[in-house]
Amino acid sequence: MINFMLVIIRRDLLLVARRPAELINPLVFFVLVVALFPLGVSPEASVLSQAAAGVIWVSAMLATLLSLELLFKLDYDDGSLEQLLLAPYPAWSLVLAKVIAHWLVSGLPLILLSPLIANLLFLPTQAIPTLMLSLLLGTPTLSLFGAIGAALVTGVRGGGILLTLLILPLYVPVIIFGAAAVVAASQGMAVDGYMALLAAMLVFALMITPWAAGAALKL
Amino acid sequence: MTQSSWRMPRWFHQMGSPKWFYDFSGKMQPWFAVLALLLLSWGMAWGLAFAPADYQQGNSFRIMYVHVPAAILSQSIFIGMAVAGAIGIVWKMKVAFMVARSCISIGASFTLIALLTGAIWGKPTWGAYWVWDARLTSTLVLLFLYAGVMALNQAITERQIAGKATAILAIVGTINIPIIKYSVEWWNTLHQASSFSLTQKPSMPAEMYMPLLLTVLGSYCLFVLVVLIRTRTQIIETQSHASWLMQHKDVSGA
Amino acid sequence: MSSIPTSSLLCVNDLACERDSRCLFSGVNFSIAAGDLWHLKGHNGSGKTTLLRLVAGLHPIDVGTISHPSTHAKIIYLGHKLGLKEQLSADENLAWLVGLESSSTQQERYAALEKVGLKGYEENTIATLSAGQRRRVALARLHLCKADIWLLDEPFTALDQQGVEDEESWLRQHTLSGGAVLMTSHQNLSIQPVKVLDLSHYTPAKTSCSSSAL
Repeated sequence: MINFMLVIIRRDLLLVARRPAELINPLVFFVLVVALFPLGVSPEASVLSQAAAGVIWVSAMLATLLSLELLFKLDYDDGSLEQLLLAPYPAWSLVLAKVIAHWLVSGLPLILLSPLIANLLFLPTQAIPTLMLSLLLGTPTLSLFGAIGAALVTGVRGGGILLTLLILPLYVPVIIFGAAAVVAASQGMAVDGYMALLAAMLVFALMITPWAAGAALKL
Repeated sequence: MTQSSWRMPRWFHQMGSPKWFYDFSGKMQPWFAVLALLLLSWGMAWGLAFAPADYQQGNSFRIMYVHVPAAILSQSIFIGMAVAGAIGIVWKMKVAFMVARSCISIGASFTLIALLTGAIWGKPTWGAYWVWDARLTSTLVLLFLYAGVMALNQAITERQIAGKATAILAIVGTINIPIIKYSVEWWNTLHQASSFSLTQKPSMPAEMYMPLLLTVLGSYCLFVLVVLIRTRTQIIETQSHASWLMQHKDVSGA
Repeated sequence: MSSIPTSSLLCVNDLACERDSRCLFSGVNFSIAAGDLWHLKGHNGSGKTTLLRLVAGLHPIDVGTISHPSTHAKIIYLGHKLGLKEQLSADENLAWLVGLESSSTQQERYAALEKVGLKGYEENTIATLSAGQRRRVALARLHLCKADIWLLDEPFTALDQQGVEDEESWLRQHTLSGGAVLMTSHQNLSIQPVKVLDLSHYTPAKTSCSSSAL
C-alpha cells in the first residue's frame, strides 16, 4: 500500500513539475489577496499588524481552497480516477496520497512564503515562528477537510464555488485557533495550548477525512 | 422477484420500503398534525399572553418562545439528517435518503428563524441587531452548513448519488458541530469577555419554562409532520410507475 | 439458477440496475469462464457501460450479486476515458498505471508499446498523440498487466483498420491462453467463438427493478 501511495504522490509531483503554473498560481493568489488588504483598509503599521494574523490565515485558506478544486477533478475527467479506485487498495489510502501530494505543492510553499507576507503586514518578528508552525499544523487539516469537499463535487459541473460553500464552515475552528496563536505570540504570550489544539485537529482530520472522502469518491 | 441478499431482518427492510413507509406515514400524519397544532397554540398562547413579564427584559423576552424552539430544532434536525443519511448508506435504504433530503430545508428554515428572532431579540437587549455572540455565531455557521448541504443536494442530478453525497457531508458536519461550537465559544470569551448571553438565566419560574417546553415539543411534532409530508411527496415522485402506488387509495382518488 | 461451470472466473447473478428511478436492466445472469469472449450488445442507453462498471466494481450493486468462485480473478478495466495523463509521456503513463498494483521495467514498457505499434513514441507526451495512438497506449497496458479478465468498453474506438485487426488478434491470444474478455462494441467481431449478451432483452417494460415490490 505504501508503494501504491508513493506511485500516486510521485505521479502528481511529476505532473506539477510539467505544469508549474499549478504550483505558482495559488501562491500568487495568496500574495495578491494579502497585498490588496492594505489598499482596502489602511497602510498604517498599527492597523495592519493587528489584523495580520487573521488576514494571513484567511488568505492561506482561500488559496488552499482554490487549488483544492482540481484535486480529483482532473483525474476524474481523464479517467485516471477510475483506475486509481480499481487498484486493490482502500480508497482512503488513495485520498491520503493525493492530499499529501497536494499539500507538498500548495501548503508547504505557502508556509515558506509566510515570513515575507508577515513582513508586508508588519507582523511582529517574534510571532513569525509561531505563524509558520501554526500553518504547518493547520494547512494539512485544511487540505484534508477540503479533500472531502473536492471528492463530493468531483462529478458536478461548476464545482468550485460549491466546494467553497461545503468546506468553509468546517474551517472555522482552524481559523480561530490558528489566528489566535499568532495573535498570542505577537503579544508575547504562551502558544503551546493553541499548538496542541491545532495538532489535535490535525489528528482528528487524519482519522475521519480520508474515510469520508474515499466514500465520496466511490459514489 | 425477490431479493435474497439482504443481511438485516426482514421487518427492518420493510420499514425501508417506500410502500410500507407511505402507508405508515399516512397513518401517523394526522396525529402529528393534531399534536403540533395543540402544543404550539397552547404553548404560544400561554407564553406570549399569560406568562409573567421578565423582571429585567420586560416583554421582549417573549420572543424566546419562538427563538429557543427554533434554535434547538435547527441543531437536532442537522443531527437527525446525518443519522438518516447514515442509515441510508449502511443499509442501502432509499427512504432514509428521502427523509434526510426532507430535513434540509426545514432545518435551514428553523436556523433562519432562530437567527432572525435572535437579531430581533438582540435589539432591545444589546442595542444592536447583530452582535458576534457565541450562540448567534455558531448558529450562523450552522446556517452555512445547511446551505452547503442544500447546494450539494441540488447540484447532483441523480437522486441516489445526491442522497449519499448529502449523507456524507451531513455526517462530517455533525461530527464537526461540537468542535465548531466549542471553538466559537472560546473565541467569544477571548474577544468579548463581558457578553451577556440571552437564554442562560439562573432559574426560570415554571410559568415561564412550561410554555417553552410546550412550544419545543410542538415544534418537534411540526418538524416530524413536515418531514413525513415531504418524504411522501418524494415517494410519489420517484415511484410514480410502481403499481402499488397506482392502486393506493390516496392517489387513485377512490 | 444456472449451474456454475468449474472453470468460471466470475458469476453475475440476477443483476439489476436502476438509474434515476428507471430500471436499466434486470435479471441479468451470466458467468465468465476462462477462454470466454463475451460481446455485450444493446441499443444506446441499455446500460452496457453501467454493466461493465458494475462488474469492474466501480459502482455499488443495488440488486443481485457478482461472485468470484475460485480465487479472486484479476480484472483490468478500460473505459471510455483512457486514464492517461496528457502531460506525461506514453512510457510514464504506463509506469504509473502498472505501478498501482505491481511494477514494470522500462524495457517491458517499451516492448509493450512496440507491440501496439508505437515504437519511437515512447517519450512523446500523450497530448501530442492522436486519438488512435492514445487508445493504443491504453491497450499496451493489457500486455503489461497479467490480468485474467479484460473489461473493455468500445475498445475499437478511434483505431484504424490495422489497429482493429491487431486488437482482435490480442483478444484471441488472451482467450486462448486462459484469459477472458467482456467487451462492448457496436461493430461485430470477426473472431470466433463469441458469446453474445444482448442487454436489450433485459430491459423491463416499465416498472422499477423490483426493490419496491415488497
